[in-house]
Amino acid sequence: MTIMLETQALSKQFLLHLQGGISIPVLDHVDMQVSAGECVALAGPSGAGKTTLLRSLYGNYRAGSGAIRVRHRGEMVDIVTASPRLVVEVRDETLGYVSQFLRVVPRVPAVEIVAEAARGMSAEEATRRAAAMLTRLHIPTRLHGLPPATFSGGEQQRINLARGFMGSHPILLLDEPTASLDNANRDIVVAMILEAKQSGIAVVGIFHDTDVRDAVADRLIHVLPLQDAA
Amino acid sequence: MTGYNFAYLDEQTKRMIRRSLLKAVAIPGHQVPFGSREMPLPYGWGTGGIQVTAAVLGPQDVLKVIDQGADDTTNAVSIRRFFARTAGVATTTHTAEATLIQTRHRIPELALREDQIIVYQVPQPEPLSKLESSRAETTRMHGLAEYGLMHVKLYEDITRFGQVSISYDYPVMVNGRYLMSPSPIPAFDNPKMHMMAALQLFGAGREQRIYAIPPYTSVVSLDFEDHPFRTTRAPQACGLCGADDSYLDEIVTDDRGGRLFVCSDTDHCETRRDAGHTGTESPDVEQAA
Amino acid sequence: MTDETLLSARGLNLRFGKIAALVNVDADLWPGEVLAIVGESGSGKTTLLNVLSGRIAPQSGVVWYRAPDGRLVDVHAMPAPALRALHRSDWGFVHQNPRDNLRMAVTAGGNVGERLMAQGRRNYGSIREEAIAWLGQVEIDASRVDDLPRTFSGGMLQRLQIARTLVTNPRLVFMDEPTGGLDVSVQARLLDLIRSLVRRLNIAAVLVTHDLAVARLLAHRIMVMQAGCVVEAGLTDQVLDDPQHPYTQLLVSSVLTA
Repeated sequence: MTIMLETQALSKQFLLHLQGGISIPVLDHVDMQVSAGECVALAGPSGAGKTTLLRSLYGNYRAGSGAIRVRHRGEMVDIVTASPRLVVEVRDETLGYVSQFLRVVPRVPAVEIVAEAARGMSAEEATRRAAAMLTRLHIPTRLHGLPPATFSGGEQQRINLARGFMGSHPILLLDEPTASLDNANRDIVVAMILEAKQSGIAVVGIFHDTDVRDAVADRLIHVLPLQDAA
Repeated sequence: MTGYNFAYLDEQTKRMIRRSLLKAVAIPGHQVPFGSREMPLPYGWGTGGIQVTAAVLGPQDVLKVIDQGADDTTNAVSIRRFFARTAGVATTTHTAEATLIQTRHRIPELALREDQIIVYQVPQPEPLSKLESSRAETTRMHGLAEYGLMHVKLYEDITRFGQVSISYDYPVMVNGRYLMSPSPIPAFDNPKMHMMAALQLFGAGREQRIYAIPPYTSVVSLDFEDHPFRTTRAPQACGLCGADDSYLDEIVTDDRGGRLFVCSDTDHCETRRDAGHTGTESPDVEQAA
Repeated sequence: MTDETLLSARGLNLRFGKIAALVNVDADLWPGEVLAIVGESGSGKTTLLNVLSGRIAPQSGVVWYRAPDGRLVDVHAMPAPALRALHRSDWGFVHQNPRDNLRMAVTAGGNVGERLMAQGRRNYGSIREEAIAWLGQVEIDASRVDDLPRTFSGGMLQRLQIARTLVTNPRLVFMDEPTGGLDVSVQARLLDLIRSLVRRLNIAAVLVTHDLAVARLLAHRIMVMQAGCVVEAGLTDQVLDDPQHPYTQLLVSSVLTA
């Protein structure tokens, strides 16, 4: 199986200058690999560093040391040392990320938020698929043209998910994708993840719901809290 | 007249003005500063034109002075007499006989010749003055040939009135390089400036600027492709000589709305009348009626 | 994708008397990307914008611009006419106060068409058509084309300024607090407009703002300035979510959220 993402001795600590410069180590020499079509779940207690790890994989957090390599245009690219411009390119083409909360852009309608993420198709096609995806996630058509600022948390999260899946990135990072969803929508998301895996997408996710985790994950990676630094 | 140099100005002043004139002729349409002198008439009465005339006038010259096309208005008469007294030159009202013509706000109807010079009186030499109040900025615009602002003004006119509303002092592009104010001549006269055989000199006394158009220089009135420059004149014919192609003055003749249109160029009209042309108001026509 | 930068600055230094406005500042901008320069008052961000755009000369350092023909030109060594021509064609500058960049006594159409006329366009009909098209792009109704800007609201003025700036299809736009001073709802509309225009037209932009949310929304990369120095630079979301420098951490933690 093709390795799509791997980390090598990935370490991260937070240096809080405003709190007298205390250092909080979160990740210590994490090694992991994810292959195409595989779903790896990050497991561990709350606050252990799962989201930190996920965000580091996306380049949203800066790694302290080690390497994070993703298969981008056939080559392994190290996110840690890549220029910001290259990271933008990687995120554009290769690496997708669904955060836990939708960051709301004012005024942009829900269907457009999703359609914007489409790649390699016409605007009309993108809008059509975006609407279909929203409908699948039980966002009724009458809401498609509205900006999601006033939607419920669950609705916002479904839009967030739709946007994430719309991009068809070869690697997809999911942070608590079903956290605010009811059972019906949760099952749809599970189906979408399985479909993604089928099409060869490598998935790394944090699933607080063990049923969901068991349904989609092929492996678990345990992230344990480190000893507090002095 | 004793106590005065030929044509009133001292020779050093004339040299200074001639140096400015040479610069002006070398850069058609470009405004050249000059040291405008105290003249025996106030600013706004033609001091710039008079200084230029005084600098180029020679004893053999034949001088014509017109004001709004007329030789017989007060200002034209005064200025002509001024030079007659201070220079002793011959004067005339006939365009064809003149070698030097000083004019306020008109170009004679008769086409001028290579051996003639026309001197324009200019109140405001800066064509952009109404659009940009900073002289430093207009100087920069001329230097960089950035004239978009003037085209914006024309655009605005077309937007507001359906056509360019400028009827006199219509801006022109000289030699393809400098935007110039032709002085408050009617737009009707603008085409005469293009490729004129005579030398055209412009003097602004209050603003202290001189500019020039050498003979046979291109002078193009600004316009848009789809709103080209057009001359306009009153549709009437001259009541005295019948001319239908000369620029007309409209004269109110009574208090019941009576009007008379006559040629603004008095010499042109007189010459035509001498040649036998008549108009609706000609005396013999009235007698016959 | 070519890796050639559109604009590059190296070693910019500028002091105003005792005040260090720029201290050894480097910056790069690639085609089609948005770079935000953030900082508080006195950080030097506006000075940097003015130096990058050639409006103020640095005391040392160089700013290179890649012209459409591929040549690198030294922005501060260009003759004044060339720099002015660049500002009217390939570059744009959106001022914080739109009145600084608009002719208030000229109609909206005239304002938008001016750069076209300055480039030698001489067909009234086509200039007006293009002006109307651009007004549409910035969501100003075509019926306002003959109105004076005096009758426009603050948000409309800013959008008019943007139309006036973009009419010559610049590849690089400098923006100085484009949403500063506007009502929040108006800001939102304007940000949305800027975001979509930049994406659709593939414009590169240098955006100065004190508002981190604006930077996050519009910019790919961000530079944080303090007292004339660039203290941190990188991916916008990384710098804002995982700030490394003490000042950046202070800045990020100080932002109120509604």
